[in-house]
Amino acid sequence: MSGHSTYVPKSNAGKWLEERLPIISLMHGAAVSMPNPRNLNYWWVFGGIAMFMLIVQIVTGIVLAMHYTPHADMAFSSVEHIMRDVNWGWLLRYTHANGASMFFVAVYIHILRGMYYGSYKAPREVLWLLGMLIYLLMMATGFMGYVLPWGQMSFWGATVITNFFEVVPFIGDDIRTLLWGGFAVDNPTLNRFFSLHYLLPFVILGVVILHIWALHVPGSNNPLGIEPKTKQDTMRFHPYFTMKDLYAIVLFAIVLFYFVFFNPNFMGHPDNYIRANSLVTPPHIVPEWYYLPFYAIVRAIPDKALGVAGMFGAILIMFVVPWLDTSKVRSAKFRPAYRIFFWVFLFNGLLLGYLGQVSTTDDFLGIHGVTNLLISRIGTIYYFGFFVVILPVLGLIEKTKPLPNSISEAVLGVEGAKAEAEEMAANESKA
Amino acid sequence: MHNLTKNITSLAKKSALVLALASSFATPAFAAGGAISGGPEFKHVDWSWAGVFGTFDRAQLQRGYQVYKEVCASCHAMELVKFRNLSEAGGPEFSKAQVKVLAAEYEIEDGPDAEGEMFMRSRKPKDALPSPFANDNAAKASNGGALPPDLSLIAKSRGHFSFKDMFMGRDGLSGGPNYIYNLLVGYEDEVPEYITKYYDHKNEEGLKADPDYTESHFELGDSNFNNFFPGYKLAMAMPLDDDSVEYSDGTKATLAQQAEDVSTFLMWAAEPKMEIRKSIGIRVLLFLIILAGLMYAVKRRIWENVRH
Repeated sequence: MSGHSTYVPKSNAGKWLEERLPIISLMHGAAVSMPNPRNLNYWWVFGGIAMFMLIVQIVTGIVLAMHYTPHADMAFSSVEHIMRDVNWGWLLRYTHANGASMFFVAVYIHILRGMYYGSYKAPREVLWLLGMLIYLLMMATGFMGYVLPWGQMSFWGATVITNFFEVVPFIGDDIRTLLWGGFAVDNPTLNRFFSLHYLLPFVILGVVILHIWALHVPGSNNPLGIEPKTKQDTMRFHPYFTMKDLYAIVLFAIVLFYFVFFNPNFMGHPDNYIRANSLVTPPHIVPEWYYLPFYAIVRAIPDKALGVAGMFGAILIMFVVPWLDTSKVRSAKFRPAYRIFFWVFLFNGLLLGYLGQVSTTDDFLGIHGVTNLLISRIGTIYYFGFFVVILPVLGLIEKTKPLPNSISEAVLGVEGAKAEAEEMAANESKA
Repeated sequence: MHNLTKNITSLAKKSALVLALASSFATPAFAAGGAISGGPEFKHVDWSWAGVFGTFDRAQLQRGYQVYKEVCASCHAMELVKFRNLSEAGGPEFSKAQVKVLAAEYEIEDGPDAEGEMFMRSRKPKDALPSPFANDNAAKASNGGALPPDLSLIAKSRGHFSFKDMFMGRDGLSGGPNYIYNLLVGYEDEVPEYITKYYDHKNEEGLKADPDYTESHFELGDSNFNNFFPGYKLAMAMPLDDDSVEYSDGTKATLAQQAEDVSTFLMWAAEPKMEIRKSIGIRVLLFLIILAGLMYAVKRRIWENVRH
């Protein structure tokens, strides 16, 4: 991380600290002098946005926890107390609830960008693994956070999800009892979920630091998917990319705050404004939108144990993508066939998301005789097929387009790159 | 091959967008009007509080409170709403003195006093609106086994969020109050023709397909028919009719007027900070848009001489 640092302490205090703990040069290397490919497009801003959202979630969450009561009899009322009586409580809660959704939006785009441009390939496998670990932790954190208001969807969502663990061979029952802290979803469940919901974001923060560390060793991938070769191919992180990221964060904040101020309940479910009641099951139990594709997969598979395995497998399979993809070329820009399969994968993910919240027995978009279940099954097959068949096979047979010699040549043309290189050399010798 | 690739890619992009839009129709809760077609149309009321700049009409909120108090409150509690809320900004904005009088109409158990005895006192602005029943079981016992739901959050816990509500600051909530409005005006004395016709048709088709088909009919039983309640059978009898209350501000108390007023009141009760939320939101978004413009200018200036 500090490898790129050009920081030289000037003050005595700076020198004193640098000798004992070189934290300033570490930060300098990470966020100031770090060389970044000059050709990054706006799909590369979502990492910074996700980081921003994590901070928003932690700050609003800490303040919310000061007013929230994690008890089955009081949780619902304490959330309403936050909404009605706590100064700016409504703003904190709506920001936290919509912030969770927008955090997932940013992370989904971030992951899909990595898939499109092949960012997970060597030497960035560990970077990808750490990212997937963050995503997995986010899923757990988001799920437990949704349980805390103790509304109907909180309670029944928790019941459905925890019951999934029953299918684990031999110890399934014990895992479920451990999650519940008893023999049903009840006060102990709420208490441990609250405790873990407070803990996990800091674990995420720790993994984010590792993720950034693992980024700064090989550096960022770029839309061309070729490594920078000369100084000419990169720009300093600051001010070029800090400014670009900040601009993007402000744009993203506009979307976030549109929802917070003008449509705060759009991404929630009306049933969660009804107190949890273990005797009344809601007609449709629907998880938060960011789990819907996986919920569609679990429902598409007829056997419960296999369905649950499929759901977790759908997430876990993402971890091994660097080893499933056999193509030597990273960027989809030069992989015409992969590009099609990628867009179909994205479309399929959205389709599964839609299917996760409609009744499986209904007709698909009103087409007579075609049930949602059937389409879910086709979608599930494509989802797994993409990873276990398309990625390995396509890399071996696909005819890729020729790669440019360097980033600067692709940006400036051969002549332009030469001219710029000469100019840079002249400037350097002058200095 | 090349062109095909390009076409398919752009098609996939377009369909992904269309699907993204379609899946935003996240509409699990209610299909307004139910599954049977031919009934009266679900009305979307033109609420004063809808939209980015929408605010509540104070007089309407006060009338709505009157309807709640004189009609709904005999069965439905509103335990999250306190009398003091009625005088707070963004609500019905009764004066503090009026609220004191409104609260004092009801008693509440307090205590224990110095002797350890519980005692009754009149309610103060800090107290919640009174609940008509001591507990859920008492409520059920008085209502033929059906529990009248608490109305504090009813406007947010009913109805569906439609895609249309995503834009224009429609709050994603107008489904709820619209549902309440339609429910209140949607009663019928007898099972209407579109329902009986539907079952006649279903039975006819069923018999055609299978001679052993068992006919089914719509049985109302002890319930009341409502065009907009899921399943059409509602335990609650028609609560409002023309002139169920007498408005002191001279507004004619038609059924539709009362339904609109009380729906608006319930919307406020579920979302008491709506007005301040929107007014701050406009300023926050304006600030962010200007900030984004400045950020963009700085970013362009920094990148001016860099081709990328």
